[in-house]
Amino acid sequence: MENYLSLFETYDVPAAFWVNIQLSFWAALWALALGTVLALFRISPIPSLQWFGAAYVNIFRNTPLTIILAFGFLGLFSVMQISLASELNVSLFRIAIVGLALYHAAFVCEAIRSGVNTVPLGQAEAARAIGLSFLPAARLIILPQAFRGAIAPLGNVLIALIKNSTVAAAGSVAAEASGLMKTMIEFRSDLVFPIFLTFALGFVILVIPVGLLTTWASRKLAVAR
Amino acid sequence: MTSEPLPATPASSGGPLVSLKNVNKHFGDLHVLRDINLEVARGEVLVVIGPSGSGKSTLCRAINRLETIDDGEIAIDGKVLPAEGKALAKLRADVGMVFQSFNLFAHKSILENVTLGPVKVKGMKAGEAKELAMSLLKRVGVDNQAQKLPAQLSGGQQQRVAIARALAMKPKVMLFDEPTSALDPEMINEVLDAMVSLAKDGMTMIVVTHEMGFARRAADRVIFMADGQIVEQATPEEFFTNPQSERARDFLGKILSH
Repeated sequence: MENYLSLFETYDVPAAFWVNIQLSFWAALWALALGTVLALFRISPIPSLQWFGAAYVNIFRNTPLTIILAFGFLGLFSVMQISLASELNVSLFRIAIVGLALYHAAFVCEAIRSGVNTVPLGQAEAARAIGLSFLPAARLIILPQAFRGAIAPLGNVLIALIKNSTVAAAGSVAAEASGLMKTMIEFRSDLVFPIFLTFALGFVILVIPVGLLTTWASRKLAVAR
Repeated sequence: MTSEPLPATPASSGGPLVSLKNVNKHFGDLHVLRDINLEVARGEVLVVIGPSGSGKSTLCRAINRLETIDDGEIAIDGKVLPAEGKALAKLRADVGMVFQSFNLFAHKSILENVTLGPVKVKGMKAGEAKELAMSLLKRVGVDNQAQKLPAQLSGGQQQRVAIARALAMKPKVMLFDEPTSALDPEMINEVLDAMVSLAKDGMTMIVVTHEMGFARRAADRVIFMADGQIVEQATPEEFFTNPQSERARDFLGKILSH
């Protein structure tokens, strides 16, 4: 037990988790924004936008996240010298956020689209009938109801995103949880299982409230029909 | 039955308010509108009747372009319906529509349902829109439900709100697509009463319905559709007592025999 506790004096485990929380938070915000725009493209009456939305989703949803993040680090950062900040660590951190956001935006788009499918066609027809054009109808009538119908699937995307933030290790964000776990296992091979369980439990504790919260919210905010 | 136009509707052209010329529409192989020619005068109340699948709902929905047409021309107040975009939205604002399934905005209160169009489409101030909405809700008898959500109201109340929502746009013409077909029998009359009162005030109306009572009380003209064509048109009295075509006699026999 003393052995195990000494781990926390040598290694700052909460700080590593804090990196994942920050990665997840910013990536989730950007993914939500981009995913909403993509969903608008996919339901828009303009064929070229529909095509772009569908192409984006099919490319990013079907590409492994590791590939995207490794490309961000090796391709964009190392080879092409694209830097998003003057400090190395900050730049890597931001590139990881961009990669995570681009990837999860595809899933956010599909979650919102499933929410749009919960809104009866008559709602859009009524909106058009009083003279609203596509964007106002989407903003005032369709999306507010679609988001409420999409809370549960959006929650699933967020859960996946939090766990996927560990893949940022592939983009050389070394300070995040899975990177620290690797280091700890390397130097404290006497405690392999306790170390693993610590990190596994850490993520379970992070993720369970998200699931509970979205289940509660999707019931609470459901549109009565 | 008065046929005076509402004073709120300035006559911008002397011609018919709604005109359809050689309108055709297909759903795949099905020819749902066959060369429809129809004119509706200012202040006229037109009832469209016919068996299901006759194209009457499609006709109604084509008039504000919720259904596209393959060829022909539809004009509102002399202006041909634009295909897309802002001009179409603007024209739709002049055409009120009441649906079979009410289609009130489910996440907005009754009051917001009525004020949304005037505020967001016409740029009316919130206070003014609220005043207008409350007077319209009062007119259809649901002003005491203004703060509730649509799902908390009965079907009849919801449909009356839908009428108020359409009227809030001060439309030139109102379209009713089977407005009482989804209602429980005891709620049909409250909706029909609101429609009759509207007709008596001189609103131009196109009503797809099977309610003979309404047609007799309020309609100036009845058209009978079958297989995508206008088979017969007459005054309600003439049509119900002395239908000319075999199809109309057959149809009336089926719906009036019990």
